[in-house]
Amino acid sequence: MLERIVTGAHYGLRDWLIQRVTAVVMVLYTLSLAGYWLFQPVMDYNAWTLFFSSNFVRTFSLLFLLSVFYHAWIGVRDIVMDYIKPAFIRLLLHVLVILALLLYVIWSVQILWGI
Amino acid sequence: MMNKKRPKHLALHKIKLPLPGFVSILHRVSGLLLFFFLPLLLWMLQASIRSIETYTQLVEILQHPFSKLLVLGLLWAFFHHFCAGLRYLALDLHMLSGLAQARASSKWVLGISLLLTVLTGGWLC
Repeated sequence: MLERIVTGAHYGLRDWLIQRVTAVVMVLYTLSLAGYWLFQPVMDYNAWTLFFSSNFVRTFSLLFLLSVFYHAWIGVRDIVMDYIKPAFIRLLLHVLVILALLLYVIWSVQILWGI
Repeated sequence: MMNKKRPKHLALHKIKLPLPGFVSILHRVSGLLLFFFLPLLLWMLQASIRSIETYTQLVEILQHPFSKLLVLGLLWAFFHHFCAGLRYLALDLHMLSGLAQARASSKWVLGISLLLTVLTGGWLC
């Protein structure tokens, strides 16, 4: 009889779903921004900062960036799990990626609300 | 019968990847590339909205041929990841599941992402 391999929590399906939900958020944001800026006559510093001074744009942008970071975590984690076998290096890479992404979250808030 | 040699080493350079497999590996490559360039992209966003000085500086930096090449590469990574991602979402909904459709949609992903790269690249540069 095969021994049961304990792989921890059942996070596979949840991550699969989050990967897709964040993807849809990013698609909607990209299409909205492209649709908006394609039809703007002027694209300069004033127009750009006016755009980002709106609270709706800031919130939507942060939602987009958080989606990017979570999506990146799932993708990079999958790549590390597929190609990096030694447990220590794998763990180290996971920790570094998580730390980097958490710092990006803080940085994003500073960028969007720091004008 | 049971003396198969293990582990099996695959001659990767001799295996011709089918088109959907090619799109799949490029999806990984482009995603990883975008991940590595996240700090640069965030820095660009910051420079673009922080002040008129940093904005002008950024515009100047982006005029450099090397920057343009980098932007072009990142645009391709973005568009490929975007288009291939849409294809996966369609596959999740059980669309494009036949072999012919899988191949054709892979061609479309490769073609459209290159076309979008050229178009936005031309528009920006």
